[in-house]
Formats: sequence, structure tokens, C-alpha cells
Amino acid sequence: MKGYDLFELAVRNLRQSKLRNGLTTVGISVGVASLVAMLSLGVGLQQLATRRLAGSGMFDTVFVTSKQDFRGFDREQDQKDQHPENAPVLDEAARDKMAHLKYVTEVEPEIRVMGEIMYGGQTHFGFVTGLPMSARENEAFDNLQGKFFSRSDADEVILLNDFAKELDPANPKALIGQPVTLRYGEHQPLAADSDTSGRLSGEQSDGGSPNAGDSYGFSVVRKTQQLKVMGIIDEEPYGGMRTVSRGRIFLPVDLTAKLNMAEFSDMRSSLRGHGRTYMTLTVRVKDPAKVAQVQDAIKQMGFRTFSVLDATKSLRRFFTVLDLFLGIFGSLALAVATLAIINTLVMAVLERRREIGVMKAIGASDGDVKRLFFAEAGAMGFFGGVLGIVLGFAIGKAINIGTGIYLHNHQLPAEAVWIMPPWLIGAAIAFSIVVSLLAGLYPASRAARLDPVQTLKYE
Amino acid sequence: MGGSSIRAVDGITLTIERGEFVALLGQSGSGKSTLLNLLAGLDRPTSGSVQVAGRDLAGMSSEELARYRRNDVGMVFQSFHLIPAMTITENVELPMRFAEVERSERAQRVRESLERVGLGKRLEHRPSELSGGEQQRVSLARALANRPSLLLADEPTGNLDSRTGEDILNLIRDVSLSLGMTVVMVTHERALAERFAQRLIFLGDGKLISQEALA
Repeated sequence: MKGYDLFELAVRNLRQSKLRNGLTTVGISVGVASLVAMLSLGVGLQQLATRRLAGSGMFDTVFVTSKQDFRGFDREQDQKDQHPENAPVLDEAARDKMAHLKYVTEVEPEIRVMGEIMYGGQTHFGFVTGLPMSARENEAFDNLQGKFFSRSDADEVILLNDFAKELDPANPKALIGQPVTLRYGEHQPLAADSDTSGRLSGEQSDGGSPNAGDSYGFSVVRKTQQLKVMGIIDEEPYGGMRTVSRGRIFLPVDLTAKLNMAEFSDMRSSLRGHGRTYMTLTVRVKDPAKVAQVQDAIKQMGFRTFSVLDATKSLRRFFTVLDLFLGIFGSLALAVATLAIINTLVMAVLERRREIGVMKAIGASDGDVKRLFFAEAGAMGFFGGVLGIVLGFAIGKAINIGTGIYLHNHQLPAEAVWIMPPWLIGAAIAFSIVVSLLAGLYPASRAARLDPVQTLKYE
Repeated sequence: MGGSSIRAVDGITLTIERGEFVALLGQSGSGKSTLLNLLAGLDRPTSGSVQVAGRDLAGMSSEELARYRRNDVGMVFQSFHLIPAMTITENVELPMRFAEVERSERAQRVRESLERVGLGKRLEHRPSELSGGEQQRVSLARALANRPSLLLADEPTGNLDSRTGEDILNLIRDVSLSLGMTVVMVTHERALAERFAQRLIFLGDGKLISQEALA
């Protein structure tokens, strides 16, 4: 039998018992809709998470710490390192080496020091953080009030909104453009060995066995610096990746270097007897696709690294599991619908025994009969799939509207948590047809096996 | 059913000429319908052979038998066996769907078959809207759709009054004469068989009892 005849007969047969086949088709569509809704939710959540990470501006970033320092991001990596005290330190030489790696655009130290802002006769304590000019791209600056730094070494400051409120509870915005005074501790070499403790001299350690009489050390001298408030932001840039307490006062990174502020790491460096080192270096890569390569190169140098890539790796694993669960959950309804198809078709075979016998008597082969029932199952699958997509789409819209209202009530920006990618539409319909055909397997072969002599015998 | 097997048709040797009109007679259970089903390729003999135009139906696969039924055989039944949901036209078209006749050709052949059986009106009606005689005509038109060489009729007049039954048998005879088609008819109405058939074959308990050639 030709394809169009098969299709025509199948549709004609389906229309014979509209209610029953209609209900079965609706059953399939509910199954498809639940599957589609679940998978779309998975896709939507994954895209939401990815969007959030991308917005943090860290997809092109590798964070580097020395293995000598606190145990941090990667325990597996740590366990392999037997002698952390022999690990290389993050000094100027290391920074320079990283800056010359392929695809690396900039290597910025993370500077975080204690400081105080004096304003209106009051003193307010806060952590001072240096920001590179590239931080402008970070999502934290999306709702910047005021302006960004004019130069990388300008005498300017950007404040965290919380901190600005502390300075001027009535009208924090009024701070923009105002002069404030920063009080900080300057790192000054000891007069006795000024030759060995200059800032980041790149000097190597003595291998952990300092000679008697060596006198690494430095003085911390109180200094003040006039700064102009440029802007106010709500969140700390790269906030999620910070290791110590929250920074609230932001200076251009080159200004922090120029002021030669005393850092936490200075004390430890001094104890261990090597020159000043960085706590964390932030390496920016030209292309997010090269992050893994750069990360490997830095690991080769003996440092500990962390990138969002690591986070997305586990994130991807999480979403694979989530999708699997959502898929299984969504498939349950479809499994029930499959039983409905089998039931409907078995009923149809029983009802149409005579008709099947007649068709065989006038020339239908077993294969024709089988294909006819297959076509009916497939048609129900197709229509159920299409209807299911529409239904699933409606459910998804409802979810999005629902979460939108929820987020709005909590003063959060609306997010699409439910996204139906085009491939899912095709895949769902195809899946629905395949499942229906599988369900049709038994009824179709039962119809094909019917003995025409028996079916035509009884009047 | 049951433990022992029953031989519905047993040791029958029979030759039917091309173009011949043969009537199979016998009580119910005599094996005449089984013999007809063997000729139709709907049933297979446990032993022996059924030769049609030099081919042995007993040795054919079910796919080959289906092809044989759709190309070489036309069947007419006592209770017509039309598909109730299909119109007259669609019923006659159905065997052509299985035979994969080109669409463009079908309408012409449907009309041709229906004209041959004397039906020109109410072609878009359902079988239930027609009289018994008209339904049997449709059934005959369906049997002729694929231009078979063998027409098998199982009690074609069983559900019709005698007048209409005669009309149908006249029609079958005319068609077989004009198309040179062999006809094998199962019936228990001896009088009708004598009027239309060229040969009567009597069966009883699955065995051939006697044959009677008519002028």
C-alpha cells in the first residue's frame, strides 16, 4: 500500500471513533507537555545560571594563588602537593611570567587592605580594594551611580552603597563628587635592610631556612590620601570570588600600588623570609575558550588556579543530573499515555476484526494491516506531540508569568526560567511518534495475525 | 478446537477450466466454504496442492498469497462485507489501494466497475443506505475492481430474496462471460445453481460426492 493511502485510511479510521482516539491523543499530549515543560525548565534554569555567571564577567578570568597560602578552592589539587612550603610564591616575577603567557591580556593583583574614610568629621572603617580598569565591564557596574575611574592611577574612589549610607545616611548620592580622606597604613621598608624589602623586588626565598640574623620586616606608617568620590555601586565586583571580607572602598588598582599600602600578605611574606608577594592574582584571558589552556599553563608553573570553568564544569554535571530527573519525571505521564495508546488500539483491533478480515480477503497483506495500525498509532503520536508542544508552551508561559510575579513582588528583575529551545519542539514530536509506534507494536502485530477465515465466518 | 482435528476438506481432486462457472453444493459443514477459502488463498491445505494458473498456492508465502488475492481473485460474500464507514465509491476503491493502482486511474476504474453491475447513482452513500441487492452489487463491483481472473462467491444470494438473488446471479454470469472470468460459487440452493452454473459439484463431510455437468 502506498504511503498516502496508508495515511488516508489511518486518519479515516481515527475519525471513526473520535471521542476515544481524541481522548487518547489528549493523553499523549499531556505526556508530551509535561516532558517538554520539565526539560524546558531544565534548559531555562541552566541558561539562567550560565547568564548569571557570564554577567559576573569571570568567564575570561583565572584566579591564581600560591600553594603556600591557605588551602582553598580545590582539595583534590591540594592533596597531591606534599610540601606546600616548597611551592613557588606569587611574586612580581611570577606575575611577569604569567603576563607573558599566550592569550593573557592582563594580570592584576588582588589588593585588599584595611582603611578608614574620614568624612564629615566621622571616621568609617572598611576594606579597600583595588580595581583594574577592565572591571568596568563587570555586572556590578551595570547600575553604577556616578562615574567610573577616569584613570588607573587617579586619586578617585568608588564606594559600595552600604558604605555610602554609613557616611551619609540621609542622602548617600550626594557623596558623588565630594572629597573624602582615606587613612591607610603604608608599607615602609626597615631602614636597616632597605635593600631586601623593597616592594615586590622579585627576590627569591632562601628555601625556608633563613640564616640567623636575617631581618626581613617592614614598618606600617599611618598615611592619609585625599580622594574624590566618583560613584556608588550596589555590589562588589567579582564578589563571589573574594576570599577575605567584603570590600567596600574601591580604588584604581595603580593608585593602590602607588600608595604602597600594607597588606595582610606582607606579614606572612615577612615571616617566611621572602620579599613581598601577592595573595591572589587575577589573570584575564583574551578569549573564554582559551581559559582552560591558560589555566593549565599556570598550573604547570606550580600555582593553584581557579576559574569559572571549574564552576561551570560542576554546574554542567549538576544540570545533566537535573535534566535526567526532570526528564524521568516528565516521562511518567507519557508512559501512562503509552498504555492508553495500547488500550485504544487493542480495542480497535477487536472492534474491527471483521473489517481486517475483509481487507485481507480483498488483497491486504499482513504487512499492510500492520502498517495501517502503525500509521494510526503514529498519527496519534504526531497529533498528540503537536498538541503537547502547544500545551507545554502554555504551561511554560504560565511558569514564567508566575515566577515573574513572584520576583516582582520580591523587588527582583524578571527572569525567564522556562525556555523552550527549537530543537526540543522537533525532538518532542519525534519522541512522541516513536513512543506511539512502540505502543502500536503489539496491537498492530495482533491485527496482522488475525485469521481472515475466522473473522469472516461468523455473521 | 477439541483434541482431535477435523478434516474439513479431505482428498478432493478437482479441475476447473478457465472461464467455467462452477457451483459447489452441500450441507453446511460439508467443506464447501473451506474449499472456497483454499482457492482464495485465505486458508492453506495441510497437505496436497492448489494449482491456479500453474502456480501452487500451498507453496506460497503469506505475502505472495496476499498479492494473489489482490490481483487474481475477486470475492463476494453472503453478508456483503462492505466497510460500513466508507461510501460506495470508497468501498470499490479499497482493493485498488492495496494493489497500488495509480490515483489518477482509480476514479475511472471505480466508475467502470459500478457501471458493469448497474449502479450509477447514490455512489457517495454508505452501504447501510442501500438495499441488500444493491449492496451485493457494490460487493461485486469491488470484487471486479482489480480485474481478477477468478471470482469466488460464498452464498452470494443467501441474504437476498429470490428475485434479487436471480438478478445478482444473472449479473455474475454476464460479467464472467464478457470478461472470460472463472466463477466458483458456493450455494445450497440447487435450483439456482442448476440455472446458472455449467457444472455442479456435490460435497459431503469434506469429500467429493459427485459432479454433474450441465448443458
